[in-house]
Order: sequence, then C-alpha cells, then structure tokens
Amino acid sequence: MNFTTRKAIPLVLLLLLGSVFYALFAGYTPDETLNRTASYYASQTVQETGAQNVVTAIIVTYRGLDTLGEVTVLFLTAAIVGLVLAHSKAPKSRSGSGFLPSGELLTTGTRMLVPVILLFGAYVFLNGHLTPGGGFQGGAIVASAILLMLLSDPAQRFSHRLISRIESSAGLTYVIIGLLGMLFAGGFLDNRILPLGSFGSILSAGVIPLIYALIGLKVGAEFSSILTSLEETEDAQ
Amino acid sequence: MTLLLFMAALLAVATLGAALIALFTSSTVVAVLSAGLVSLFASVMFLLLAAPDVAMTEAAIGSGLTTFLFFFVLGRIRREGTK
Amino acid sequence: MSLVQLSLATGFLLILLGLYGALTNRDIIRMIVSFTIADTGVNVVLVAVGYLPGREAPILDTIPVAEAASRITDPVPQALVLTAIVIGLGVTALMLAYAYRLFRARGSLDISEFTELKW
Repeated sequence: MNFTTRKAIPLVLLLLLGSVFYALFAGYTPDETLNRTASYYASQTVQETGAQNVVTAIIVTYRGLDTLGEVTVLFLTAAIVGLVLAHSKAPKSRSGSGFLPSGELLTTGTRMLVPVILLFGAYVFLNGHLTPGGGFQGGAIVASAILLMLLSDPAQRFSHRLISRIESSAGLTYVIIGLLGMLFAGGFLDNRILPLGSFGSILSAGVIPLIYALIGLKVGAEFSSILTSLEETEDAQ
Repeated sequence: MTLLLFMAALLAVATLGAALIALFTSSTVVAVLSAGLVSLFASVMFLLLAAPDVAMTEAAIGSGLTTFLFFFVLGRIRREGTK
Repeated sequence: MSLVQLSLATGFLLILLGLYGALTNRDIIRMIVSFTIADTGVNVVLVAVGYLPGREAPILDTIPVAEAASRITDPVPQALVLTAIVIGLGVTALMLAYAYRLFRARGSLDISEFTELKW
C-alpha cells in the first residue's frame, strides 16, 4: 500500500459517512408534538413521582435500573484504570522531578475553596428533583474539589480505602432502596416508599433526593478514584 | 428569535473552529485545550436547545474533568521522558 | 436555517472531523482527543433531535402541570445524553490508561511502532 492510497482511504470512508449524514440532515423535520412516551412522562411525572425536573424523574425512577447499570460501569472503569496503572512504578532516579512547589495563592485558595465546592456539590445533588442538576453533576463537582486539592499538592495521598468505602456503601444502599421499593411499592426502585410530600419543596418526590444523593456520592468517589490513580506517581514518595 | 439564531450560528462556527484547531495543531497541549473548548461551546449549545441538565453535565465533565485527565497523563509521560 | 438544523449540522460535522482525526493521526493521545470530539458531536446530534422548536426545558417549576405536554421539549434524549457524557469520561479514562501502559512498554506513543497485529 503506497502513501496516497493510505491517505485516500479515510477520506473515501468519511465521504460515504458524510453522504449518509447529509441524507439524514436533509430529510429531517422536527416533530410538532411529543411522541407517546415523552407525553406520558410530561403529563404523569408529577402525579407519579412528585418531581419537578422531568429528566431527573426519568433517570432515577422510570429508568432507574439503567442508572444502576451505569454507575456499575463507571465503577468497573475506575477499578480497571486502577488495575492497569497499579504496577507502573517510575524509575527511582527521577524521583521528585517535575514537581514545582505550588504557590501561596493556590494553597490558600484551595484551603478556602474546597469546603465551598463540596457544599455546592451537595446542593446540586440534593436539589436534583427541583432544578437542573443531580447526582452526576454534583458528583463531578465533588470530584473537582478533590482535583483542586491534588493540584495544590501533587504529592498528597488520598486514602483509597476511604474512597472505596464511600463508594461501596453508597452502591449497597442504592440497591437496598431499590429492593425496598419491590416490597413496599410498585417495583424495583419505585420512589413511593416515602410520602411524595408537597410538590416543589426539597423534601418531596419520595426517595428521589436520597437516591440522587447516593448517586452523587458514588459518582464523586468513582471520579476521584480515577483522577487520583491517573495522577499519582510512585516516584513522588 | 433572530438574535438567538445569530448567536447559535456564531457558536456553531466557534465550535467547528475549535475542533479544526484541535485536529490540525502541531502541539498536543493546544489540541487538548481546544477539545475542552469544543465541549464548552457544545454545552452553551445544549443550553440554547433547552437542555440545562445536559449543559451542566457537559460543562463539568466534558470540558472540566476530561481535560485534566489528559493533562495528568501528559504530565506522567513528560516526567518519564524518552527512555 | 433553524436552530435545530444548525445544531444538527454542527453535530454531524463534529463527528466527521473527530473520525477523520482518529483515522489520520499517528500519535495515540491525539487519536483519543479526536475521539472525544466525535463523542461531543454525537451528543449534540441526539439533543438536537429531541428539541421541539419554541418549547421550554423539561422542568415544571413555572410551567403548569396541565400544560406540560404541550410546552416542554422531549426529555428522553436528554436523559440518554446525560448518561452518555458520564460514560464518555469513563471510556476516555480507560483509553488514556492503556495509552500510558503502551508508552511504558515501548517508550513511544506513535501508533506505527505497534506492529504485532499488522499483516
């Protein structure tokens, strides 16, 4: 295979794919009304789940099993990243190279901002059923607090034991709540095992705030574990 | 309405421009940063498309955490250098 | 040209650009960057397909419940894309971890150095 055909093959493939995309694009007309599934969610969400945010109701209640599978996939990813990077010890001779001491500004800023960021993360995942936001966004915000701590002191070590404790107990509680839904309400992960409360207040929508808080903790712990295992270098010890 | 459309057109051009920079720059660091910029512009576009949940997720995860993952790996690779 | 068509075109172009970069780049890190761009493009396309012109976000704090079905956009693609973004980060982290492992094994990130499975 010579050089020009090697360059030409990707272009031909992309041209074919692009023509398919163009056909899709040219033939697309937006719907006038919601389809049946979506209009069911739009009209029944408030009666059935008590959540203001329809996307949250779909993720936590209607498609709750998918979300459980998703956090499991994320857990597997974190575990595999840890496993792949576990035995990659850097050569000893280069110990400490590349770590400049972080400045006063970053250290002080980290000390001031990390509690605020953690609080904001908790706010985002506890209000997931009322406003935009929820467990995944809140978990990412919590992980960004960990990220700030890592940036201010790259040699810092986080307790992997603590992270995995938080992660596994959140996951276990999630499954137990799901099973309680089978016992006391309509099915697995049904949110009506707690009273629905008054529409629009923070303690409403049954167990949705609780489940989203658990998802937030779990996702935050998983992202933190991915970040720390990618950042940690053995030579910093 | 036309203002919204104009903004969206500007946003689309900026997104594609950042993507082109990410693909054709010679520096890997610039490429990673431009990919984060593509994510950030896409999250504003999600906001225009009435999807605030998705916009928040994309801004926090797609443009924030992903960029730092790349930089951590680039840092490890640079520290070990060419053996 | 409406908002939906504009975003659809942007999304499709992002997918094509990302795939082009993944197919033509030699550096593994640059291939992963291209994959994340294609990933963003897929998400833009999915959200744009769920958008109905002139409707509001699926959050019922100011919209009366009785009118919800005629005033909000489709929430299902949004839920789908939300999960897709989170999984996308996981996939990127895995690709980066394996890229680092390959670098440890060979001291190089050039894909043409890895020829064991080539025929």
